[in-house]
Amino acid sequence: MYIIGERINGMFKNVRAAIEERDKKVIQDLALAEVAAGADALDINVGPAKADPLEALYWLVDTVREVSDKPLAIDNPKWELMEKVIPRVKGNGIINSCKADPEQLEKYLGLAVENGVGLIALTIDQRGVPADTETRVELGAQIGAMAQDAGLPMHDLFIDPVILPVNVAPKQPENLMAALRQLAMLSDPAPHFVVGLSNVSQNCSNRHLINRTYLVMAMTAGLDAAIVDPLDTELMNQVITTELLQEKMIYCDSYLDAYRMAK
Amino acid sequence: MNPSELSLGWKAAVNEVVIGATAAEGGTRGKTVKIGGSQCVPWLGFDGPVGHRPALAIEIWDCGGSSWVEQLQEAYGASISDPVEWAKAAAALNPDLLCLRMMGTHPSMDDSSPAEAAEKVRAILAAVDIPLMIWGCDVDEKDNVVLPKCSEAAKGENCLLGSAKEKNYRTLVASCLADGHKLIAESPLDINIAKQVNILANDVGYPLENIIIYPTTAALGYGSEYVFSIMERGRLAGLSGDKLLQQPVLCDVGSQAWRAKEAVASEDALPGLGAPKERGPLWEALSATNYLQAGADLIVLRHPEAIRTVQQSIERLYQTAVAQ
Repeated sequence: MYIIGERINGMFKNVRAAIEERDKKVIQDLALAEVAAGADALDINVGPAKADPLEALYWLVDTVREVSDKPLAIDNPKWELMEKVIPRVKGNGIINSCKADPEQLEKYLGLAVENGVGLIALTIDQRGVPADTETRVELGAQIGAMAQDAGLPMHDLFIDPVILPVNVAPKQPENLMAALRQLAMLSDPAPHFVVGLSNVSQNCSNRHLINRTYLVMAMTAGLDAAIVDPLDTELMNQVITTELLQEKMIYCDSYLDAYRMAK
Repeated sequence: MNPSELSLGWKAAVNEVVIGATAAEGGTRGKTVKIGGSQCVPWLGFDGPVGHRPALAIEIWDCGGSSWVEQLQEAYGASISDPVEWAKAAAALNPDLLCLRMMGTHPSMDDSSPAEAAEKVRAILAAVDIPLMIWGCDVDEKDNVVLPKCSEAAKGENCLLGSAKEKNYRTLVASCLADGHKLIAESPLDINIAKQVNILANDVGYPLENIIIYPTTAALGYGSEYVFSIMERGRLAGLSGDKLLQQPVLCDVGSQAWRAKEAVASEDALPGLGAPKERGPLWEALSATNYLQAGADLIVLRHPEAIRTVQQSIERLYQTAVAQ
C-alpha cells in the first residue's frame, strides 16, 4: 500500500502556526514521524495561508526536503501555484491534484511528464463528482487514455475516484468500489488508485472507525494508495494486516514490525 | 524472443555478505569469501545479475571425527583424529571456508569446557588461513557458555557463527556484535520463523545485512523437496522486496547426507545400489546440487569427492548463467 501522509497541512492549527512563524522544527518533526510510521510520500498542503502561499509552499518543500527524500505530494487546487512549485521537488513528487476535464488534464499531464513527477487525477469534471459508478469509470478511462498519450508511465498515475461523506452520500462508498474493480481491468499495467480517506467520514461520529473500515474494504476492491494519517497506528495496523491477508507478505509473528522495518 | 525480455525485473537482490578478515581488515585470514548478490531466479542469467558463486565449507569437528562413518574416516586418513591436522587436510582441498563444529563440547560427547573450545578455535585459526564458520553443539545451555568464548577467541576474524534460534538467540547475537562476526539464523523448516528470528536479532541491534539464513537442511530422500520449496518461496519473497528474506541461505548438507542409509549402508544391506565408497559421496553431492537450484549461497559438506563434484557443478552452472 502506498501511503501518502496527510499531516503536513495548514488546516491543522500547529502546522498553520509553524508556517506563519516559519518554525522548521514542527514541520520536520511531523515529516519524520510520518515517515517512521510508514509513509511512502508526504502530502504538502499550505492550507488557508493568506500571505503569499507560493513562498509558504516553497518554504514547506525546502523544510521537509532537509530531513526526508520521500516524494512530496503538492496538494493545491491552483494551477498558477502548482506550475511554480512542482519544479522545486526536482522529479521526486506528485501533483495533487487535477480534474478530468480534457483541457485541464492535458495541462497537468504535461507538467507531470516534463518534471518527471506523479499525478493524482480526480474523476471529476465540469459536472462535478459523479453520482454513479459508470461516470467514474468513464472519467477514469479517459484519464488513463490521456496519460498514455501524454507519455506518463502508469506507475506515476494515481486515479482518485473521489470519496464523499457517507452521512450525505450513502451510495457513494459502494459506487466507488464498483468503479475501482472495473478500472483495475482497463489497462495492464494498471495505474495506482488513491483516495483521500478522511472525506468518507466528514462530520460523522466514529470517524476513525469509519475511515479504517472503509480503507480495508477499498483495498480489497483494488485501492493501492491512500492519503491518510500514518500516525493513526490502528489504521496502519489494519492496512498491514489487510496486505498480509491478501498474501502481499509472508506471515511471521512480528509481521507488523516487519512491514514497518521494510519501509 | 530475446531471453532478456523474459526477465522478471526483481526489485531487490540477495544481500552480499563477506566472511573472513585479512590482515588489512584486522584479521589473519589469507582471503575472504563473498556470498549473495544474486538478483535472479537461481542460475537464470537473463533474469538478472547472478551474484557470487555459492561458497563451499568443509565440516570438521573440534574433537576429531572418530565417530564419523568409515568412508569419511578413510577419506581423511589419520588426520581425522586430530582437529588441527584435519583442518589442514580439509583446507588443502581448497574449500571457501572451514566449518568447525564444536561437537566436543556436547554433554554426551567429551563435554569439553568453554576454555578448551576456545583453545581449539585459536589452534585452528593459527593452522589454516581460510575463513571460518563456528557452529555450536546444538545444546542451547552449553552453546550459550561455549560460543561466547569461541567468539572472543576469533575476535576480528569475521567468522560466521551459529546458530541463533527463535528461543535462543540473545547470547550469540551479543557475542557476534561484540566480536564482529556474521550470524547464522536458524529456523525449523518454517519461513515464518525464519523471518521472526531475523526480526528478533535485529531488535537487539544486529544488522539484517550480516545474517545468513539456515532454514534447516534435509538429505536427498529425506524431505529435501520440502526444504527446496521453502528456500524457493523465501528467495522469491526476498527478490520481491521482503527485507527479512534477502539474506543468503546456508545448507548444512554433509551432516544430513551422511545420516541417510543410502549413503552409508553396505552393499549387502542395499543390493543393487552400488559400492558405498562411491554411493556415499554421490548421495552427498546430489543432496547439495539439488539445493544449488533452489538458490543455496553456502553449503557445508564432508567428503572430499563430494566437494570436488559440487565445485564442478557450481562452475558449470555459473559459467552458463553468466553467458546468458
